[in-house]
Amino acid sequence: MSSAADTSKNYLNHEKGLWSWLTTVDHKRIGIMYMITVLLFFAIGGAFAMLIRLELFAPGGTFEAQVYNQFMTFHGAIMVFMVIIPGIPAFLGNFVLPLHLGAKDVAFPKVNLMSWYCLIVGAIISFISLFYHGADTGWTFYTPYSIQTDNGTILLVLGAFVMGFSSILTGVNFVATTHRLRCKGMGFFQMPLFVWGLYSTAILQVIATPVLGITLLLLAAEKIMGIGFFDPKLGGDPVLFQHFFWFYSHPAVYIMILPAMGIISELITAFSRKVIFGYKAIAFSSVGIAAVSFFVWGHHMFVSGQSELAGVIFSFLTMLVGVPTAIKTFNWVATMYKGSIQFQSPMLYALGFLFLFTIGGVTGIMLATMAMDVHFHDTYFVVAHFHYVMVGGTLMAIMGGIYYWFPKMFGKMYSELGAQLSFVLIFVGFNVTFFPQFILGAKGMPRRYHDYPEAFSFLNSVSSIGSWTIGLGFIVALIVIIHGLLKGAKAPDNPWGAKTLEWQTTSPPPHENFYTDPVVTGGPYEYR
Amino acid sequence: MFWVNKAHASSSIMPPQASNFAGPVDSLYDFLYWSSLISCILVIGGLVFFAFKYKRKTANDSTAYISHNATLEFLWSFIPFVIFLAVFAWGWKIFYDMKRAPKNAFEIHVVGQKWYWDFKYKSGKKTTGTFKVPYNKPIKLIMTSRDVLHSFYVPAFRIKQDVIPGRYTTLWFTATKLGTYQMFCTEYCGSGHSAMLAKVEVVPEAEFEEWLSDDPYKGLSMAEVGQKVFTQRCIACHNNTAEKKIGPGFKGLYGKERLIVAGTTLKDGKPMTVKADDNYLRESILNPNAKKAKGYENAVMTSFQGQLSDNELDGIIEYIKQLK
Repeated sequence: MSSAADTSKNYLNHEKGLWSWLTTVDHKRIGIMYMITVLLFFAIGGAFAMLIRLELFAPGGTFEAQVYNQFMTFHGAIMVFMVIIPGIPAFLGNFVLPLHLGAKDVAFPKVNLMSWYCLIVGAIISFISLFYHGADTGWTFYTPYSIQTDNGTILLVLGAFVMGFSSILTGVNFVATTHRLRCKGMGFFQMPLFVWGLYSTAILQVIATPVLGITLLLLAAEKIMGIGFFDPKLGGDPVLFQHFFWFYSHPAVYIMILPAMGIISELITAFSRKVIFGYKAIAFSSVGIAAVSFFVWGHHMFVSGQSELAGVIFSFLTMLVGVPTAIKTFNWVATMYKGSIQFQSPMLYALGFLFLFTIGGVTGIMLATMAMDVHFHDTYFVVAHFHYVMVGGTLMAIMGGIYYWFPKMFGKMYSELGAQLSFVLIFVGFNVTFFPQFILGAKGMPRRYHDYPEAFSFLNSVSSIGSWTIGLGFIVALIVIIHGLLKGAKAPDNPWGAKTLEWQTTSPPPHENFYTDPVVTGGPYEYR
Repeated sequence: MFWVNKAHASSSIMPPQASNFAGPVDSLYDFLYWSSLISCILVIGGLVFFAFKYKRKTANDSTAYISHNATLEFLWSFIPFVIFLAVFAWGWKIFYDMKRAPKNAFEIHVVGQKWYWDFKYKSGKKTTGTFKVPYNKPIKLIMTSRDVLHSFYVPAFRIKQDVIPGRYTTLWFTATKLGTYQMFCTEYCGSGHSAMLAKVEVVPEAEFEEWLSDDPYKGLSMAEVGQKVFTQRCIACHNNTAEKKIGPGFKGLYGKERLIVAGTTLKDGKPMTVKADDNYLRESILNPNAKKAKGYENAVMTSFQGQLSDNELDGIIEYIKQLK
C-alpha cells in the first residue's frame, strides 16, 4: 500500500484497464461510472426533449402523433428513472458520502457495484422496447390505456422495475453507511447537510420503491395474463393504479429534490465562507419532508374521481410540506447575510437553484390549492411547475455539484469562464423555455398534446427557442468538462477553502480516501 | 362570502369567465398570484441584495458566525404556515361548492371514447363534438368513458373532471356568458388525444328548448344521414378517401375482397377471404374484433354496439356503399 508521503498513487491510477473499472468496489470509481451513464442517459433524454419542442414549435405536425407520444414517454421515463433519481444519490452521493463521513468506503461495496449493474440492465431492457413498437403511455403508465396499448410498454415497465432495485440497494447502502461508518468524533449533528439529504432520500428509496415494483409487476401481469387489477373490462379499478403509482412517485419527487437541497447547503456555505444558518432546522426539515411526503400522493388526483374527503386531507398535508421547504429556503438566504460571497460557477448554480426553486415552490402551493388545481391540473402549468422544481432545482444542483467536486474527482480544474458561460445559457434558456408554459397552462393548454389551437402558437414558439438555448448551454458544459479532464491545470487539495472532510485529503483522493483516519472535533461548517 | 373578482380584463392570462365558478376561482388565483409575487420578490430580492452587498473583497475576509436565531426561525415557519392554511381553506371552500350540484340541475350525460365526445340529452337527442347548453341554468354532467381514461375540461368554466370507464363521475356548472367555448380532453388517451376536442355552445334557454326538440336527420336521405354520422363518429380513424388512417379508408371499400388474418370468428386462426358486403360492414361496426383484415391486426376499434340507431347504422353503410 502507498505510504503517507506517496501522493502520486490515487484511486484513478490505483488499478488500470476497463476490467478494473467494471469490477471495482471503490465507491469513487462506481460514482464515476454512474456519472458517465447518467450523463449519457441525460443526453438521450435531452434529445427526446428537443424533438418534443421541435414538434411543438408551431401548430400542425412535423411528426405523427404516435411518434410524438413515444418521444414524450421516453423523455419522461429516461429523465425520471435513469437521470434524476440516480443522478444525485448514486452519482454524486456515491463519490462524496464516504468522504464526507471520513470513511474508507460505503458499508456494502459489492452491493454498491450490483446497484450499478441493476441500473444498466434495467436501462437496456427499457431501450429494447424501442424495437417492439416502443411505448406511448407517458412515464406514468396510467391504466387502462397502458393495458390496451402495444406490448413494447411491458419492456419499459419491466426495465423500470429492475432499475428500482438499483435505487433500493443504493438506499440500503447509504442508510447503513451513515449509521455505521462515521469517523471518530462525528455524531449526527456533525455530519454535513448533504449527508442529511442523502440519508432522508435513502429512507424514501428503501420504503417507497418496492411499492412501485409491485405496481409495475401487477401491471405486467395484467398485460400478459389478463388478470383484472386495473382494467374495468376485467373487473379492475383504473383509479387504484393511480393510488399505487403515486404512492411511490410522489415520494420519488423528494428522492429527486432532497439530495439537491443537501448540495445547495454545501455550496452556499462554502462560497459564502460562513457557517450554515439553522443547521438543525435544515437537517430536521429534510427528515420532516421525507416523512410527510408519504401522505401527499393524492394531490396528483384531485380530479381523478377519488373521494372528496381524501382530496381535502391530501391538500392539507401538501400545504404542510410547504413549511419545511420554505424554512430551508429562508435559511440559505440567511446564510449569505454578512458572508464573504464568491461567484464561482458552483455558487452561480446554487443561486440559480434558489431563484428557480422559489418559483417552483410558490407555484406548487397554487397547485396544492384544490379549486385552483381543478383548472391547472394536466395543463402546461403543471409541466412548467415540475420543470422548475426538477430541472431548476435538481438539475441545477447536479451541475453545481459536478463543478464543485470536479477538482476532487479528477485532480484538475476546469475553465471557470466556460463554466460560467454554460450557466448563463442554461439559466436564461430555462426561463425562456418554461416561464411561457405557466401562461399557456393558465390559458388552458393541456399537456401531452401533439398539436394545439392557433391561439397557443406564439408562446410555444418562444418556449422552443428557449429549449435550443438550454441545449447549447449543456453542449458548452460538456466541452468544459472534457476540456478540464484533458487539459485542466492541477487542482489544489482544497480549491474552495471549504471545511468538510473531503477537502482534507488529496485531489484526487487515494484508494482508501484518507492517509490517516480523520477525527472530527466540531461542526462541518466552522468558518471562524 | 369571499371577495369575487368580476373585473378580469382581456389582459389577464386566465381565459374568459363564462361560468359561476370562474369568478371565485380567479379571485383565489389573484390572491395566490400576488402573494407568490411578493414572496418571490422577498426571497430573490434578499438573495440578490446579499450577494452584492457581501461580495468577497479580500481572499481572507472574516465572516460573522451566526448559527441560528430562534425568533426569526419561528416567524418564518409560522407566517408561511398561516398563509398556507388560509389558501387551503379558500381552495376547499370553492371545491366544496364544485362538488355539490343544486337539486334542480338539468342533467346531461357525457360519454368519452377514443377520440370524440358524445353528449346525450334526456329527450333522446344526441350530439357529438358539439355540446349545447342553456344559459344561466345549473347543469349537471353525468359522465363515463367507453374505453380508457379521458378528462372533461372547459377552461372558460374553470372545471375539470376525469372520465372513467366502468363508473360515473359528475360535474356541475352554470354558464354565465353566451358564446362558444373550447373544450379539451386533458387525460392522455393515445394518438388522437390532442384532437379530442369539442365546442361548448351556450345559448338562451328558449333557443335551447327549440333545438332540443328538433330532429337532426329530418328530411335527409339515407346517405346524407351516413355522411353526418361519418363526420362525427368515424373521421377520427377513417378517411372517406381510399387512404389508410388508423383503420382503412372507406372509398372503394364496399364489395372488395378482404383477406382476414385475425379475429374472434376465424377458425383455427386460418386466414380467409371475405367480401366486404353489407353484412361484413355491419359486423365490423358492431363487433370490430370479429374479422380483422390484413394490415389492421393491431388496430384497436371500440364497438359501436348500442351507439348507433338503426337509422344511423343503415345510413353509414349506405354512405360507404356510395363512396366509389
